[in-house]
Amino acid sequence: MTSATTEKPVNNGVNVEALFGAREALTKAPEAAKFKWRASCEWVKGTQSRSTVDGFYGLGAEQKHKTKFSFHSDHPEIFASEDSGATPVEIVLAGLAGCLTAGIAAVAQARDIQLRSVTATLEAGMDVRGILGADPDVRNGFDGVKVVYKIDADASPDDIKALVAQSQKRSAVYDIITNPTNVTVEVK
Amino acid sequence: MRTTTVVIGAGQAGLAMSWWLSRRSIDHVVLERGEVANSWKTERWDSLTLLTPNWQSRLPGYGYLGNDPDGFRTMRETIGFIEDYAVAISAPVRARTAVISVRKRGEGYEVVTDQGTWQCDAVVLATGACNLPALPSVSASLPPAIRTLTPLHYRNPAQLDQGGVLVVGASASGVQIADEIQRSGRQVTVAVGEHVRVPRVYRGRDIKWWMDASGVLDQRYDEVDDIVRARNVPSLQLAGFPDRRTIDLNSLTSIGVKLVGRLAGINEGKAQFSGSLRNVCALADLKMNRLLDTIDAWATEHGRDGEVAPSQRFEDTRVEESPPLLLDFARGQVKTVIWATGFRPDYSWLKMPVFDHKGQIRHDGGVVEMPGLYVLGLPFLRRRKSSLIDGVGDDARELSTHLAAYLRKAATNATAAPASGSKRDATGIQALP
Repeated sequence: MTSATTEKPVNNGVNVEALFGAREALTKAPEAAKFKWRASCEWVKGTQSRSTVDGFYGLGAEQKHKTKFSFHSDHPEIFASEDSGATPVEIVLAGLAGCLTAGIAAVAQARDIQLRSVTATLEAGMDVRGILGADPDVRNGFDGVKVVYKIDADASPDDIKALVAQSQKRSAVYDIITNPTNVTVEVK
Repeated sequence: MRTTTVVIGAGQAGLAMSWWLSRRSIDHVVLERGEVANSWKTERWDSLTLLTPNWQSRLPGYGYLGNDPDGFRTMRETIGFIEDYAVAISAPVRARTAVISVRKRGEGYEVVTDQGTWQCDAVVLATGACNLPALPSVSASLPPAIRTLTPLHYRNPAQLDQGGVLVVGASASGVQIADEIQRSGRQVTVAVGEHVRVPRVYRGRDIKWWMDASGVLDQRYDEVDDIVRARNVPSLQLAGFPDRRTIDLNSLTSIGVKLVGRLAGINEGKAQFSGSLRNVCALADLKMNRLLDTIDAWATEHGRDGEVAPSQRFEDTRVEESPPLLLDFARGQVKTVIWATGFRPDYSWLKMPVFDHKGQIRHDGGVVEMPGLYVLGLPFLRRRKSSLIDGVGDDARELSTHLAAYLRKAATNATAAPASGSKRDATGIQALP
């Protein structure tokens, strides 16, 4: 770990003491570490739908967000849609970027690295013949995701690379995208 | 039968403990299920050499006397070294004595073996960290037509069918086995998770020389930030080739080995690999460079720059643009899977509540919570070098000090008040004579 001797204490606005405290507490109480994330979704019309997130389960109890958040999704006009919201695959990219960037801030705080700016651009390739059913050999999903970070921080280029690498190592969404997950969809 | 201390296992750990117990005049036996150096004799592949240079196998009262200090012992030489040590220190080894159970009995312990039962005051577990392969749960989903091996049963490529081989794991065992099998003419694919990359030789000196000289190997378990993580670090990607060449993922791809991400799942006869290959390689490259930075800084600080080669850095790990994410076993390209996914100890005979929720033995630097019970030879038990032949001696010395104090206290309590079961810790060991 880097321990920089800066004049001002490093502050990226992440309470890492609380995170380390939680890690220690949850190591001793693994049941409390079991979370359930939830979303609900309602069809609006056409290819539009609105998803909301409100409650989740964790630390052995039902938890609630401070406010209900909602995400309107649609598809672009070139897919003969109204383009009234982000495409779901773009929401996936937003999820990946949000997760990795939060991780970078937390790891930087833990390593005493002051961040000044962090920006990321993401691009995912996709051959849409998959979703159109035009070619059974083409998969529906991304054929790859590229994330490019630009980071201004009080650290060497290698230390900044190490932040980004560590953030990937600890990222939930990165894991979700890079590894298979069993998905069960039921109709009731 | 009765003795003061039963040591279980006659490898380097049990023998080093025996040496210290003898020096302290503590009556003991060393029980061994097979022969001295049994795991080295029966659970290693043919071409394996020690990963530490010859000079770096200092056991209490014993060391290397040959004329090739920088060479690497073959298995036969390693076995000979440990056998000679057992003879040189007159260790009271009971060979071909398999332990069936160890239980608390009164103030002491009862050790049941297939050659009779021992009563004793203290027990030292020196059975090693690598008794069983640690298989990932996905291994159960492998199609039955695929042959599987672990490094405990792999001997040489001639054992394998012709056809491709998937080696799961890229630490010391995985990369060495992959190298050897690829050179036998079989196409090898390595599934790569987190790993630790180091050059064999850096600035003209063996990496282990640097780690020894700079004190990295002596780093203590109560000095590191996160001992749980430190104890779970995979083994260094190293081989002890006679030409001292470096083995790493770049050396493997240069002979034709293919790299894929960590094995994440097996579904419907297809292996699924993680898309994280690029990041695990970046993590390993960055970590190696930090180690080399530390070495360079140490060399400068200690005025060694003049006597070693100039500082250097190595090419980053080469990863192809889009590594494969799927392997369909039905296509027949892969006939064998080798699980080089690590090992775990076998304490199935230890009938006492000394395990954590993950089944690992709870201990503080080798001192188990049960008074008079000790464990030795596990990774980072008391120091980074704890699992090396070269490292077990210091741990054995400190634990034997603790053990001797425990026996004295037990003897005093036996004549005075009942035992008080006080909690002992690492600092207590340091303070003892």
